[in-house]
Amino acid sequence: MTQLALKATGLVKRFGDLVAVNGLDLEVRAGTCLALLGPNGAGKTTAIEMIEGLQRPDEGTIEVLGRTWKSDANGIRERIGVQLQETRLQEKVTARETLTLFASFYDETRDLDEVLEMVGMTEKKDARVENLSGGQHQRLTLACALVSDPDLLFLDEPTTGLDPQARRRVWEIVETFKSGGGSVLLTTHYMEEAERLADEVVIVDAGKMIARGTPASVIGDLHADSIVELFPKEGGLDRLTDAALLALPGVTEVRREGATYTLVVDDTQASVASLLTHLNEVGVELHSLQTHAPTLEDVFVALTGKHLRDG
Amino acid sequence: MGNPLPRWPELRELTRHRTLAFLRQPEAVFWVFAFPMVLAAVLGFAFQGGERAPSVVGMLAGDPAWRAALEADELIEVEVYATREEADQRLRGGHVDLLALGDGERPDLRLDPVRAEAELARLRVLVAIGELAPLEIEKVEEKGSRYVDFLFPGLLGMNLMGTGLWAIGFAVADMRQRKVLKRLLVTPMRRASFLASFMLSRLLFLFGEVVLLTAFGVWVLDIPLRANLLVFGALCTLGAVGFAGLGLLAASRVKTIEGVSGMLNLVMMPMWLGSGVFFTYERFPEVIQPVLRALPLTALNDALRATMLDGAGFGGILPELTVLVIWTVLPFVVALKIFRWA
Ligand SMILES: Nc1ncnc2c1ncn2[C@@H]1O[C@H](COP(=O)(O)OP(=O)(O)OP(=O)(O)O)[C@@H](O)[C@H]1O
Ligand SMILES: [Mg+2]
Repeated sequence: MTQLALKATGLVKRFGDLVAVNGLDLEVRAGTCLALLGPNGAGKTTAIEMIEGLQRPDEGTIEVLGRTWKSDANGIRERIGVQLQETRLQEKVTARETLTLFASFYDETRDLDEVLEMVGMTEKKDARVENLSGGQHQRLTLACALVSDPDLLFLDEPTTGLDPQARRRVWEIVETFKSGGGSVLLTTHYMEEAERLADEVVIVDAGKMIARGTPASVIGDLHADSIVELFPKEGGLDRLTDAALLALPGVTEVRREGATYTLVVDDTQASVASLLTHLNEVGVELHSLQTHAPTLEDVFVALTGKHLRDG
Repeated sequence: MGNPLPRWPELRELTRHRTLAFLRQPEAVFWVFAFPMVLAAVLGFAFQGGERAPSVVGMLAGDPAWRAALEADELIEVEVYATREEADQRLRGGHVDLLALGDGERPDLRLDPVRAEAELARLRVLVAIGELAPLEIEKVEEKGSRYVDFLFPGLLGMNLMGTGLWAIGFAVADMRQRKVLKRLLVTPMRRASFLASFMLSRLLFLFGEVVLLTAFGVWVLDIPLRANLLVFGALCTLGAVGFAGLGLLAASRVKTIEGVSGMLNLVMMPMWLGSGVFFTYERFPEVIQPVLRALPLTALNDALRATMLDGAGFGGILPELTVLVIWTVLPFVVALKIFRWA
């Protein structure tokens, strides 16, 4: 039996009439990373904060590192590291002073300079928080979460608002933590993030789980070879119908959004060949045609008809 | 609710954090330390007097019998106007204290008897024209009876209130708004350490604040400090801790800086006006005086005056101490009960 770092069952949280989390089960195996993937308002923060002991669930049970909040809250707090969705640290103190403060709360901590090195903040350790960039601030809050050498790390949208380079640095830090045997619960609405960091993903929408598994298996469940997007020229869109496209060999799903058609296909070569023939027959000219391997984003769109990120 | 006792390493770090954050904000340091000194100096010198100001008496051009007597009096300054309209207008505007009119033996006086300055001018005119014999007077020159002596303890009290309320109220609301409070909750930090760190950093600043202000008052403004220093120090500490508790209460549930600002102004406004900082609250109607005396700043100001100016000991300020203790314990207890952590 594999050890569980975290086990939550039947989590429910209501705010008035709104059910923010609606019967969620989550498990994180020791040494692995679970990503909660979902759009704005899906209930990710509410779920992770219930598990962190910040919000009380209306229903459900939570066991963190083999303890419950009721029986041993401080035992849990000693051994978890948390990065909240938005914390803005005290501005007038330096990075190292901030870390010293957080270290003082724990019985055992890592060497501060080692943690600063790990998050790439050695050079900035004497800079005041107010002078840090967004990415540096985010790495400092990560350092605060790592200073106690936790067994389980909670990250709520750790890279939202960061540029791609800063994002990649955060990913490297999380990977380092994982390679040391740590477990991670992560929320994100970036599919690349989930695909890169997570051993398992749970896709949530409106407080409910709509898919779970390894990134590969969740994508595999789509039974798609690739995703084809076509952008017809002016007037071309009207000559295409869902039915005609769905009748082409290998096409399993058809969706029209604005000026774009998206096809899910399970045999790329056959589908694209017959698609081009069909376009010629009905006289549709293309701006462009793109195919890509299916991603978690496509899974999400296929399941909900919505995109993970607005737009 | 966790262990009710603070733990030293985290208490030390939290206090250090608070202190650094404060000292690195030059504006905050100015408002806490320099501003009260500037205010005391400006108001103190402005009201120090020294010379008696002369009364201004207006009259019309001409040479009545009494004119020379008025002009000879050094407590009277005579202004001569060409027309009655102009004279009346100056009187209405408050530029002259009264008008001396007519060309008889004695002047006819035109004045607003409700104005104290007008009454004073009338008496001086009477003395000048020999209608009233001056009595022998003995000048009060004792330390402790000037306006600035009254004012200074009030400013000290007001400062203890302001910094106590703001230092705690603002910091808590700021931490809540920045989600730092929430972040601290998921660490094993004891809540008692957190709250104690506010009290401790408050006491550190208090020390500097009281020593600096009092030294300034005693040396520069020549305010008497007649009390036993132990009594005086204990009183200041009690006042500071009391207002810190009130600050904690004000910030215990508000979510934003704006919210806490409004709340603190609401708490402070009645005390600025009614607690005898700039003028004695005994001028307010009799019926509301018991209410005013029950305010913490009134109690603190009265006790500060009694200790500084009259050298009162603990025994002499028992009623005030009682009021302060109640205001220290109650808000703190209520604040702990209703404090919103997350
Ligand atoms: N304290 C609260 N009171 C009322 N409604 C709330 C509260 N907290 C969250 N909600 C609502 O619950 C739903 C889920 O919110 P939550 O913050 O968990 O979403 P999320 O998945 O983290 O979204 P995002 O990606 O924007 O961070 C939202 O509709 C939100 O408006
Ligand atoms: Mg969120």
